[in-house]
Amino acid sequence: MDISLSHVDYRYQVNTPFERLAIQDVSIDIPSGTYMAIIGHTGSGKSTVLQHLNALLVPSEGVVAIGNREIKAHQKNKNLRQVRQRVGIVFQFPEHQLFEETVEKDIMFGPMNFGVTEAEAKKRALIALKQVGLAEEILEKSPFDLSGGQMRRVAIAGVLAMDPDVLVLDEPTAGLDPRGRKEIMEMFYALHKERQLSTILVTHSMEDAASYADQIVIMQQGKVVKQGTPEEIFSSPADLVRMGLDVPEVVRFQLKLEEKWGTKFEKIFLSIDQLSAAIAKQLGRGVES
Amino acid sequence: MMEKMIFGRYVPADSLIHRLDPRSKLTLIFLFVCIIFLANNWQTYAIIGIYTFLLIGLSRIPIRFLYGGLKPVLWLVIFTFLLQLFFTREGHLVFHWGVVKIYEEGIRMGFFISFRFFFLILMTSLLTLTTTPIEITDGLETLLAPLKKVRFPVHEMALMMSISLRFIPTLMQETDKIMKAQIARGVEFASGPIKDRIKAVIPLLIPLFVSSFKRAEELAIAMEARGYRGGEGRTKYRQLSWKWGDTLQLVLLVIITILLILFRS
Repeated sequence: MDISLSHVDYRYQVNTPFERLAIQDVSIDIPSGTYMAIIGHTGSGKSTVLQHLNALLVPSEGVVAIGNREIKAHQKNKNLRQVRQRVGIVFQFPEHQLFEETVEKDIMFGPMNFGVTEAEAKKRALIALKQVGLAEEILEKSPFDLSGGQMRRVAIAGVLAMDPDVLVLDEPTAGLDPRGRKEIMEMFYALHKERQLSTILVTHSMEDAASYADQIVIMQQGKVVKQGTPEEIFSSPADLVRMGLDVPEVVRFQLKLEEKWGTKFEKIFLSIDQLSAAIAKQLGRGVES
Repeated sequence: MMEKMIFGRYVPADSLIHRLDPRSKLTLIFLFVCIIFLANNWQTYAIIGIYTFLLIGLSRIPIRFLYGGLKPVLWLVIFTFLLQLFFTREGHLVFHWGVVKIYEEGIRMGFFISFRFFFLILMTSLLTLTTTPIEITDGLETLLAPLKKVRFPVHEMALMMSISLRFIPTLMQETDKIMKAQIARGVEFASGPIKDRIKAVIPLLIPLFVSSFKRAEELAIAMEARGYRGGEGRTKYRQLSWKWGDTLQLVLLVIITILLILFRS
């Protein structure tokens, strides 16, 4: 399912002294099957953009197209449920949304709201639970007896069980340990590959954006300042540094090396393997080893 | 969703009202709540009205914002009006249609009581809109200090109040966040049959309770870690200062009170 934002503005708290333009003239195209990362500092408007992706916010100006549904400013937008079923959002700290008596019921909550039968929802709960790497025994436990990391996974399973076509992730690994972080990111990437799930990742982490995304959008002060493939984005690292953003470690290493040797590699490498191969070649030892 | 709520909210600005000492503002509100009961005819209500709107004007809170925030309460005011209108059975019969009987006194009482209600809401909102929660508690603590003599836990009360006021916006944000998360999971809060909508409150309330308890515990630990041991011997970082404006403001209130007494019937 394609999603596109064209010239979207969003104002918070219109007609109050707190009125604030959160995003301005944002245009982003997310064709079906894309893995897109949206990067920016706190307050850059990335979370606001995210909430437009399933009509939790309706733009103050502009149009958001989600599949064949158009959500326009200045009009009543009704029956947004179908849209919401197809776009699943994993919010920051999703474990805060858990409320049911058992893990199973909580995972079934989303699908059943969208009219799935109980039997089907049960089946989906089990599948989703396995997807997030939890054991079946947990189904009967109370979500509040679990550890923080497990709660996070249950909450993610609750979104996956809705069987969305598009998955929107808002800092899904915030507050997790490095291992849990990697596991969760790998899981989302696997889902993206297996099911051709469009994935939109909102993150601070350049590393994650560089290793998983095929498109990167950089936001600053409510505007899109840069948009392109990771190679394009990281090919001008000076821009990123000027915007106060980080460059992935691999790229940083490559740049240092280029400076030291006074040479240039043919392109920017985003993984350690690629870069080491290129270095080996440069050193004249070939890549056979 | 919750962004229009104005209760307990502070709007930063630099106005005469904002600059007043919280003690004088609290005294004002307390006395206002008392003297509003002096009003019992059109003239006295007009005095109260002019006074209220004068203070609102001086506070530089945009009227439109105030109106937006008070809209939900206006229904309550209108309800009060209707209740008085239909159920007061005194004075001349003005209107009679089936079982509906409206008396002169009903109209009068309807207007007066709903006005009283309305002005009270306006003034109390004005206090929180122009005074930071911390100022309010500091003011209260100083004003109530004499009660310590009778072992009333003034400091603890003030602390409880400041904590609850402080967490209203946080709770609002949290509500908004969880609401959105549940909407994304297919809950309908704003449409659908009443039965479903009432049910929809559960996935909102339970996470809110859980996070509030968690937050309370964390706060208690953080306070103890920083050596909090109650109010005994505690000094204040913010010193309150009573200025001539505060005295003047109370003088104005006294004048209003005298006017009310003169004009009431």
